[in-house]
Amino acid sequence: MNIKQLSIFLENKSGRLSEVLSALGEANITIKALTIADTSEYGILRIIVSDYIKATEALKNKAFSVNVTEVISLATPSEAGSFAKVLKTLSDNSISVEYMYAFSFGKKAALVMRPDNLSLAIEILKENAFDFITDSDLSQL
Amino acid sequence: MIWNRTFECMSREEMRQCQSRRLIDMVERVYHNVPFYRSKMQAIGLHPEDIRSVDDLNRLPFTTKQDLRDNYPYGLFAVPMSEIVRIHASSGTTGKPTVVGYTRKDLSTWSEVIARTLTSAGAHKHDVVHIAYGYGLFTGGLGLHYGSEKIGATVIPVSGGNTKRQLQIMHDFGSSVLACTPSYALYLAEALEEENINRNELKLRVGVFGAEPWTENMRKEIEEKWKIKAIDIFGLSEIIGPGVSSECIYQKGLHVNEDHFIPEIIDPVTLNPLSEGTEGELVFTTITKEGLPLLRYRTRDLTSLNYEPCKCGRTLVRMHKCNGRSDDMLIIRGVNLFPSQIETVLLEMSETKPHYLIIVDRVNNLDTLEVQVEVEPEFFMDRISEFQNLTRKIQHHIESATGLGVNVKLVEPKTIERSEGKAKRVIDKRKI
Repeated sequence: MNIKQLSIFLENKSGRLSEVLSALGEANITIKALTIADTSEYGILRIIVSDYIKATEALKNKAFSVNVTEVISLATPSEAGSFAKVLKTLSDNSISVEYMYAFSFGKKAALVMRPDNLSLAIEILKENAFDFITDSDLSQL
Repeated sequence: MIWNRTFECMSREEMRQCQSRRLIDMVERVYHNVPFYRSKMQAIGLHPEDIRSVDDLNRLPFTTKQDLRDNYPYGLFAVPMSEIVRIHASSGTTGKPTVVGYTRKDLSTWSEVIARTLTSAGAHKHDVVHIAYGYGLFTGGLGLHYGSEKIGATVIPVSGGNTKRQLQIMHDFGSSVLACTPSYALYLAEALEEENINRNELKLRVGVFGAEPWTENMRKEIEEKWKIKAIDIFGLSEIIGPGVSSECIYQKGLHVNEDHFIPEIIDPVTLNPLSEGTEGELVFTTITKEGLPLLRYRTRDLTSLNYEPCKCGRTLVRMHKCNGRSDDMLIIRGVNLFPSQIETVLLEMSETKPHYLIIVDRVNNLDTLEVQVEVEPEFFMDRISEFQNLTRKIQHHIESATGLGVNVKLVEPKTIERSEGKAKRVIDKRKI
């Protein structure tokens, strides 16, 4: 139920992001989701891609610091209170979210998150019948 | 004014005789009391009686900082510990400091040479000496302290730090002589402007500055901002601390107290002595020290010697202001730092590899130290907090190993320049 996300360490230098994206483009990899967490000196680029193994290889060849992390992705209806419901379910079970990013388009919304306890979070969300987005869903997108 | 005319103004021939007599005695002592020197001399078939005058100096073996480290902490002391009355230490390369010990006579020698230093800077018993060097294991504070008392001046042992208080004390207590590092003197001068203290209400007239290299431009700036005479003083703990040499009011080279410490200039590669006036590595033999007498100690400082008589009347040889070093040691805020210390810290931590770059700069007259460390792909995590923890951890380890505040910056892998052979580990942006 979990999906693979790539995290890439980037110094705050202009052109670095574009180099990552070019490397992925050259390897014929599509990006499904992307976010950047930044500090004053560096940032972490987090992406979800069509083929994380190929993507990791392509980036490592270009000497980028890449790490594969397991995250959860859910599809929710694009309506008021639907994200709140997800988070309430988690917090009722004492699960914290380390970070998350989300986007809604039309009638659907998708969110990606990293809970502090991944397996417990999956279990609880399944019990509450939330709609998971899996790696195979992504490759069909 | 001259503190000790007998020794500071003796003829070259008298000095030669004095040095010879003391050297012979010293070699005898280290041969019989320091196993390290005995075996070094035996290894080259040298007997104490082979040393008959100062002309034989270059037959003696050298001593390096590594030798002090190998014999940590007390291995090179030439007297029993019951005779040692004081210990000082300076930062070392591997987390272990260089330890030095003084007998009662050594402390009295130290006060004597500091008394000469202060007198040659124009200080006297009516002065109030404001000592803003750190007190403690560092030799700066206590060294200046006892020498100032010896000339009968009033000593204010402020020690380092707390700039506001320094200025207030200077103002209220009537400090007339300031002793600190030259960069701190500049920093204090700027703080003075910010605190809106009127320079004319201060009694300051002389500064004795040392423990780090500084340029003529810095001197000009200090003298203009403070309206004082800025005197360069030199020393290193292995030899005695401050008091090894100092400028007189003519500021044309630092007079070496050569009746206690014989200076030589050698080629750092061939180790051969160089002729007068040629620049090379400065080497000292301590001919009167009892606790830690050192034969031909290689300071790694680059300078030259000038035996011409000085206008001040002193005949003591003068060394030029130090012009850099023959090793990679940095002096940051008066603290010695070897790049290998940073390397050791990074090697000891499981999350880092020793791919680093040290960047030293001077911002508002204070030295800054930044260490860039490459993020290792295998230890790379996904959360900002983990990076922040790693940064703090590296910072903490460097600070406890070196005693220096540091700004750690994580950089991408393989971005620090690699080269065949010796990697470039240091960028020193300070203009010194």
